[in-house]
Amino acid sequence: MSNIPAELKYVTSHEWIRLEADGTVTIGITDFAQAQLGDVVFVELPEVGAEVEAEQDIAVVESVKAASDIYAPLAGKIIAVNDALVDAPEMANEDPYGKAWFFKMEVANADDLNNLLDAEAYAAACE
Amino acid sequence: MAKQTALYAKHLEANGKIVDFGGWDMPIHYGSQIQEHNAVREQAGMFDVSHMTIVDVRGPDATAYLQKLLANDVAKLKETGKALYSGMLNHEGGVIDDLIVYKMDGWYRTVVNCSTREKDLEWMARLSKGFEISLTERPELAMVAVQGPQAIERVKQVKPEAAGLIDSLIVFQGKGKGEWFYARTGYTGEDGLEIMVPEADVAEFWQQLLDAGVAPAGLGARDTLRLEAGMNLYGNDMDETISPLQAGMGWTIAWEPAERDFIGRAALEAEKAERAANPQQAMKQVGLVLEERGVMRSHQKVVVEGIGEGEITSGTFSPSLEYSIAMARVPVGTADKCLVEMRGKLVPARVVKLPFVRNGKQQF
Repeated sequence: MSNIPAELKYVTSHEWIRLEADGTVTIGITDFAQAQLGDVVFVELPEVGAEVEAEQDIAVVESVKAASDIYAPLAGKIIAVNDALVDAPEMANEDPYGKAWFFKMEVANADDLNNLLDAEAYAAACE
Repeated sequence: MAKQTALYAKHLEANGKIVDFGGWDMPIHYGSQIQEHNAVREQAGMFDVSHMTIVDVRGPDATAYLQKLLANDVAKLKETGKALYSGMLNHEGGVIDDLIVYKMDGWYRTVVNCSTREKDLEWMARLSKGFEISLTERPELAMVAVQGPQAIERVKQVKPEAAGLIDSLIVFQGKGKGEWFYARTGYTGEDGLEIMVPEADVAEFWQQLLDAGVAPAGLGARDTLRLEAGMNLYGNDMDETISPLQAGMGWTIAWEPAERDFIGRAALEAEKAERAANPQQAMKQVGLVLEERGVMRSHQKVVVEGIGEGEITSGTFSPSLEYSIAMARVPVGTADKCLVEMRGKLVPARVVKLPFVRNGKQQF
């Protein structure tokens, strides 16, 4: 069974969202997503400073098997990207909720956070 | 319900991720496709290939029948056990399937693909009219491919009684020992064996190999290994609409003797003449290498500036080379460069001669 930490939020396109103390969010792909993809070999991340819409495809993860788009779970601005992940994409398989975060955002509208799934709802969506 | 091989429980035990493959529940990987790939290139790995279809051809007309059925000529097989790779063509010269045929003691054993089993059996039966032969499928035989630089040693270690037989095999030869059949063939570009085993014995054999340090490898690694080795996959790199001449299989067509009238010969001769008359229209198979980021995938468009367009037939990330490689069908005039349309962008790729990797080493 895939690991779905209770403290995170999720979207059905298999990204996880962590709310940070300063109000920003950190985003990555879930354990379920990495298991479906298999060995990840390339990651392409957005530009820092980019203004993005919710559900916009802004990053790409490529495994041996397939290429998959990564979507912005919320509207906002990209404030940091994980360059270490670009150099070691296999971290997405090894540590999807830790070292393999993809990018950080400033959220345009804090109310949007209410639309995210909790762990239980995401687990149901993976069934 | 998908079919399961006699090793299904062993795949579950080893944490295999099971997918449907041509109606069979097969392991795509057991954790990491890349690690399984590397085990085969560097040490030894094993694949369950029991889903493949074994058909024995017996009878006084067996040779004449196969000389009609196949584009390659079984008369080339002098020694018992020697194997031949061939296309089985339709009348239009398209590939119905690719297969291996072994010359046995007065009969032949063929191994065809699982995804094409039904149409192959139907075609083989249809073409047998007028020949005194019998076709016998051997579903009770499981098959394990043990591949890699240490593969043969590991098999000899767990089957010491077969060590002499195994040592006597030359490349592309197989020999039987009781109901077991050991062949020095494979689909990885490494040395190794493909072993046919009675179903009742195969789980124990698999466990002995595991205990000897042979890594189980799934269909994912099988695909990256065969692609690096420049070996075609039926349905990707050729099919009933593609002739062997466009799929890098020209070497498998036995044109001589000229009077051997195999199925597809007339169409191939016409195509050969057409290719000579209009080479700018003709297509060939090449390898592509993408030395920057990204992974080429099948069906992506290939643009050869000033020449024309082609298509990727198989593409992947190469674990051995650590960048993307592909097989593509491109215009004959293609030189050493092309562009691949990837995710809306034209990306430059290098055109190389196949294979990419053999016996652990880069070949181009």
